[in-house]
Amino acid sequence: MTTVPFHRRKETKLVFRYLTAASLVVIFVFPIYWLFAISFKTPGEIFAFPPVWYPKSIQFNNYAVLFRDGDAKTVGNSLVVASVSTFFAMIFGTIAAYSLVRFKTGGENLAVWIISQRMMPPVAIVFPVFLFYVWLGWVDTYIGLIILYTAFSLPYVIWMMRGYIEDIPLELEESALIDGCSRWEVLWKVVFPMARSGLFATAVFTFVFSWNDFLFALVLTRTEVTTYTVQVTHYFGGQSNFWSKIAAMSVLGTIPVFITVATLQRYLVRGISMGAVKG
Amino acid sequence: MAATAHPDRNFKYWLISPAIFLLLLIGLFPLIFSLVVSFMRVTMLETDTSFAGLVNFVQLFHDARLWQSFVHTALVIVIALPIELLLGLAMAYLFLDRMPGRQILVSLLMLPTIISPIVAGATWRLLFDNRYGPINQIIGWFAGHPVPALWTVNPQLVYPAIIFCEIWQWTPFMFLILLAALSNVDRSLTEAAEIDGARFWRSFRYIVLPAIWPVMSIAILIRGLDLFRIFDIIWALTAGGPGTMTETVSVYAYVQGFRQFESSYTAAIAFLVIALLTVIVTWAIRRMGLAK
Repeated sequence: MTTVPFHRRKETKLVFRYLTAASLVVIFVFPIYWLFAISFKTPGEIFAFPPVWYPKSIQFNNYAVLFRDGDAKTVGNSLVVASVSTFFAMIFGTIAAYSLVRFKTGGENLAVWIISQRMMPPVAIVFPVFLFYVWLGWVDTYIGLIILYTAFSLPYVIWMMRGYIEDIPLELEESALIDGCSRWEVLWKVVFPMARSGLFATAVFTFVFSWNDFLFALVLTRTEVTTYTVQVTHYFGGQSNFWSKIAAMSVLGTIPVFITVATLQRYLVRGISMGAVKG
Repeated sequence: MAATAHPDRNFKYWLISPAIFLLLLIGLFPLIFSLVVSFMRVTMLETDTSFAGLVNFVQLFHDARLWQSFVHTALVIVIALPIELLLGLAMAYLFLDRMPGRQILVSLLMLPTIISPIVAGATWRLLFDNRYGPINQIIGWFAGHPVPALWTVNPQLVYPAIIFCEIWQWTPFMFLILLAALSNVDRSLTEAAEIDGARFWRSFRYIVLPAIWPVMSIAILIRGLDLFRIFDIIWALTAGGPGTMTETVSVYAYVQGFRQFESSYTAAIAFLVIALLTVIVTWAIRRMGLAK
């Protein structure tokens, strides 16, 4: 090594790092590429042996089938359920977080209990909820799914918003109170605008969690409000001739998430780590 | 402290009550409801709501399939979690310093984590196909002959298949968190240690690790609990098969509740799982001071 000048060594190291990094990215992205590729392939290309690595031409027939058969409306169901539940979870979660931060409501015990609800296995929750919904007649309805997603998102929203609200200087709220604002006005005119970026970032993750959920939707839907994740599994059969539908449906459900997340890059790490890393 | 000195008495309760009400629906209600139903004998065939005592709980202890499902879940956690952690850490080190296009590469690595686990499972189901999937094809190039491995059926390959998919989806999660944590470590400390002649692992052990531990421990907790309830990926790849070989706790509870319709027994399982996790999670949250 002594014969190689220092800056050359550094360059070789960078090239090595870069090649390793690039090949890792290729490995991690390949499965997603494959999913997209299948969605554009013709049946002949999908069931070719050896496998065809890329579609000869981009054709949208696999998607057209989903729209023609009405399967694509399950993406619409996902959209309704995920966005409405995100809306309510954000409102209820943020004001609850405000109460926890500013007034120490319920003390540490309540905070521990709320966070612990994020960790519960969905299967243990959904079973009793299912029996309850059967009794209420809420199975396969929007309201049933929306309420469950709202409730299930709350611990995450409360946890995240707690961190963001703690960052708001107390003096701002105090001066608003002195200026004659009511407590609700302080919330609306000071806290919400100050926590805007946090609200935005938390909402994205809340939306993605509900959007990506499978188990709750599997148990609580039949035909009317089937979400896209459940629809994807409908194509799993003994014979694998529905590959084009599996791929196209998955892509339809994945693109909105990619777009949402791509637009909110810079908030990502704090959101994904549940606030463990301040970003 | 004027804002906290004279709160309207009920204001703070107004704020928190909608959230508490909804949380009781998923927090307390399932626990109580499961407990009540688990003392009955409700199945698909009979709806006997009279008090049946501890029948279902006694059955829990004699149910070999249930305990096997715990073993299967533990197996996935014990293998997948350390690999995700170590691989994520190595990747975080790799991406720590500047390099051209770093931001784009990091963004691309994030993709697996944000797609739905059921889509991830479906994708790997297509990748693992013995004939039309690319994985056997690629292995065949290295082996020099066609490899017709049945990843989702062969008892020796199902766990590797599940764990590959799991690691693929969640290593980027570990990577992103650890990258952020490493970026926050004061570089002058590690550089000073290296000038003093400390080797990499010594400076890692005594400077870096203590600095990233608070974040790393949360990442381990979140991933560990997510792995405990693993369902989607397995459901898409093997549905618990072959036989009951890859049946985890969540898969088994689902099968009992929604395939066999053993309502009371499933309620007993749900109660067991919720009670078990409440103890573990509450202990972990207090230990790590997450609620502070």
